[in-house]
Amino acid sequence: MTDLLSMEGIHKSFSGVKVLENVQFSLRQGEVHALMGENGAGKSTLMKILSGIYSKDAGSIQIQGTESAASSPKTAQALGVAIIHQELNMIPDLTISENMFLGREFKWGRTGFINWSKMAAEAKSYLQQLGMNLNPDSLVGELSVGQQQMVEIAKALSMHAKILVLDEPTAALTKREIEKLFQLITTLKTQGVGMIYISHRMEEIFQISDRITVLRDGRYIGTRDTNVTTMDELVQMMVGREIKERFPKVETKIGEERLRVERLAQDGKLYDINFSVRAGEILGIAGLMGSGRSELAKALFGVGKYQGKIFVNGKPVTIKGPAEAIKAGLALITEDRKGEGLVTDLSVRENLALPNLRTLSRLGFISHRLEQDFVEDSIQKLKVKVHHSGQEVSSLSGGNQQKVVIGKWLATQPNVLILDEPTRGVDIGAKREIYDLMNQLVQSGVSIVMISSELPEVLGMSDRILVMHEGRITGEFSRENATQETIMVAATGGKSHG
Amino acid sequence: MGKVRGKSGILQRMGPLVGLILIVFILSMISSDFLTVGNIFNVLRQVSINALIAYGMTFVILTGGIDLSVGSIIALSSAFAAGMMASGTNSWLAIGIGVLSGTLMGTVNGVIIARGKVAPFIATLATMTIFRGFTLVYTEAKPITGLPDAFGIIGRGYLFEIPMPVIWMLVAFGVLYVILKFTSFGRHVYALGGNEEATRLSGINTNRVKILVYSISGLMASLSGIILTSRLNSAQPTAGTSYELDAIAAVVLGGTSLSGGKGWIVGTLIGAMIIGILDNGLNLLNVSSFYQQVVKGGVILLAVLLDRSKGK
Ligand SMILES: Nc1ncnc2c1ncn2[C@@H]1O[C@H](COP(=O)(O)OP(=O)(O)OP(=O)(O)O)[C@@H](O)[C@H]1O
Ligand SMILES: [Mg+2]
Repeated sequence: MTDLLSMEGIHKSFSGVKVLENVQFSLRQGEVHALMGENGAGKSTLMKILSGIYSKDAGSIQIQGTESAASSPKTAQALGVAIIHQELNMIPDLTISENMFLGREFKWGRTGFINWSKMAAEAKSYLQQLGMNLNPDSLVGELSVGQQQMVEIAKALSMHAKILVLDEPTAALTKREIEKLFQLITTLKTQGVGMIYISHRMEEIFQISDRITVLRDGRYIGTRDTNVTTMDELVQMMVGREIKERFPKVETKIGEERLRVERLAQDGKLYDINFSVRAGEILGIAGLMGSGRSELAKALFGVGKYQGKIFVNGKPVTIKGPAEAIKAGLALITEDRKGEGLVTDLSVRENLALPNLRTLSRLGFISHRLEQDFVEDSIQKLKVKVHHSGQEVSSLSGGNQQKVVIGKWLATQPNVLILDEPTRGVDIGAKREIYDLMNQLVQSGVSIVMISSELPEVLGMSDRILVMHEGRITGEFSRENATQETIMVAATGGKSHG
Repeated sequence: MGKVRGKSGILQRMGPLVGLILIVFILSMISSDFLTVGNIFNVLRQVSINALIAYGMTFVILTGGIDLSVGSIIALSSAFAAGMMASGTNSWLAIGIGVLSGTLMGTVNGVIIARGKVAPFIATLATMTIFRGFTLVYTEAKPITGLPDAFGIIGRGYLFEIPMPVIWMLVAFGVLYVILKFTSFGRHVYALGGNEEATRLSGINTNRVKILVYSISGLMASLSGIILTSRLNSAQPTAGTSYELDAIAAVVLGGTSLSGGKGWIVGTLIGAMIIGILDNGLNLLNVSSFYQQVVKGGVILLAVLLDRSKGK
């Protein structure tokens, strides 16, 4: 039987830099084929070539035996290829159904008039397949990142593709949504759809995939059947070396209280939040999508008005905006790096420097030397994979973009570092580097508040864990007492303490 | 360190310059009067007014905004300055107050846009009308004349054979180039235009940046208004009408993106020169002023289209 898809000898360079070199990949009907590799290995680039966003420099792409390279996303759709991109691509000012059927609107017969009710009904039914009860007429800009991701998935579904590419679809989702998505993938498999699944989460890959292909530095390393390979083998293939512990938690001396929050509230979003973090402590915050975790982080950072009291190092502070939050010694790494973390048109250097311009300037003039040293230093410390520091941030791989966001905040030397999904879309090696970095920070007396939807990460790295549900704190656990189950109970509204 | 970014950074940057050289070449071929020292200074003097306005407009457009009120700011601020001079106030003081008033008009724009969260197009469309109305009230719709002779130097004088307006154009270029390229404020301007939310969350007071860029636009408009007034030896109530269009055209011709975040002021200077040379050349060739407009519009369209196709 011929493969549904076969890509061979794919080459791609960007302005002289080789990104893919002689890469092969194949996909059978009804198969889930995982694509793994470190940040910048070339996974997204390969998929963008398949879906007509980039053109290949050399190689062949065959769909059901016929040579058929898509030259644009539109032709890719016609060839039966649909892709869910790693970075969200929704238009915030349009509604869910408008976004889902953009360019494919339902019309009344052959007139140009849109059949709104049909479009809304169709959108709703695809969303329901994913267990989402969203109003198709609500604006995408008002949805959380996770909800937007689900809309992207619903959109891809509605295209009835033969080949469905999922580029880190679960990075923004919580457990429940992921389960829904996996049920759906299983259904699609029985319908013969071939799926390419990109993820940095080992557990997911083993749960859902049939075969796994690994890329490293733009080269094809190998393909394994999921049921015969092991995690260690895959890590070895991806990184070229072994990684011992996944969560290298170190013991630190817990010191003075750094941040205390009393009766913090924000209209309709947060209610009666009380907690504190101490020097050297990592406080994990778990919860489902929309539970108010990111809102809490943003409220602390001066986004929107809040009621209640905030104390930093024992002193009461009023935080009216991000500038004041930074002055008080807070730093926030947001979950939405494209929308809130980076100015994607600017270079890596300019992004890293942005919150640090004050220290890099003399009398308002940016010191080229200070800036250059600082940037080189950050790139090295965080092992950001760039060709040069003047490269536009938008041309970096997702994980490397995340490192740039972290880098720009570390340099502000915060007392309290708030991390919202710090390892989203980050590969196993880089994840480990981020954890090591967190350890270094707490050892030097920084407090970390870490919001994460990856329970293993919360359990593995936190000293203490808060759980949120519908804008309230519904559980607090010490490191010893926390388990996946107790956290899930609290996250779904059951009150519990450990 | 490039300030014009994108897949074709170099090309995009050189494009306007190549266009300028091409136009100069063609005009010098078909008109022998074109490439003479006298005519070149003549062109540059004409360019200077638009260039000064367009510099300020570059800051505004880099943040993703637009300033339609510059023409009215020119009229009102120079009416203030001329009014005071005509009634015997010290010229320097009058100029200072005129420029200050123009800057404050820009600040008003900035405050409405930043704090009132009004779209820049709407806000400056409204103030364009308001400032023009005040001008008519203040001048009673009559030109203000009787300005001191010494004031004429600003717009009509020479420094080593170089017309004064050209000097102002180059000095302002130098200062603003440095601000945009080497100061943290300049960096904030690009960042704000690229992603306002990320910039704000980086602890930058984005409202302040917005207010400042519109103030700069007002400042530059009123400076060009002073030069214009000096050249005409009078303040006209209708001065500056539709000047915003040439300024915006210069910025766009120079490769600055209307959606903000990308562009540079060197391009704006080149863009202003292209427009000025085109006007001059068509005059020398005795093209009727009706056709001049058609040609000018066509060139702008062509330039922008070329720019687009390079981006792919
Ligand atoms: N448009 C572009 N211009 C220049 N370089 C690019 C461009 N797109 C990608 N690259 C480079 O190609 C390499 C591969 O990037 P790609 O996005 O495919 O990685 P990835 O495997 O998807 O990584 P991640 O897991 O972080 O998403 C990176 O080094 C990246 O910097
Ligand atoms: Mg990727």
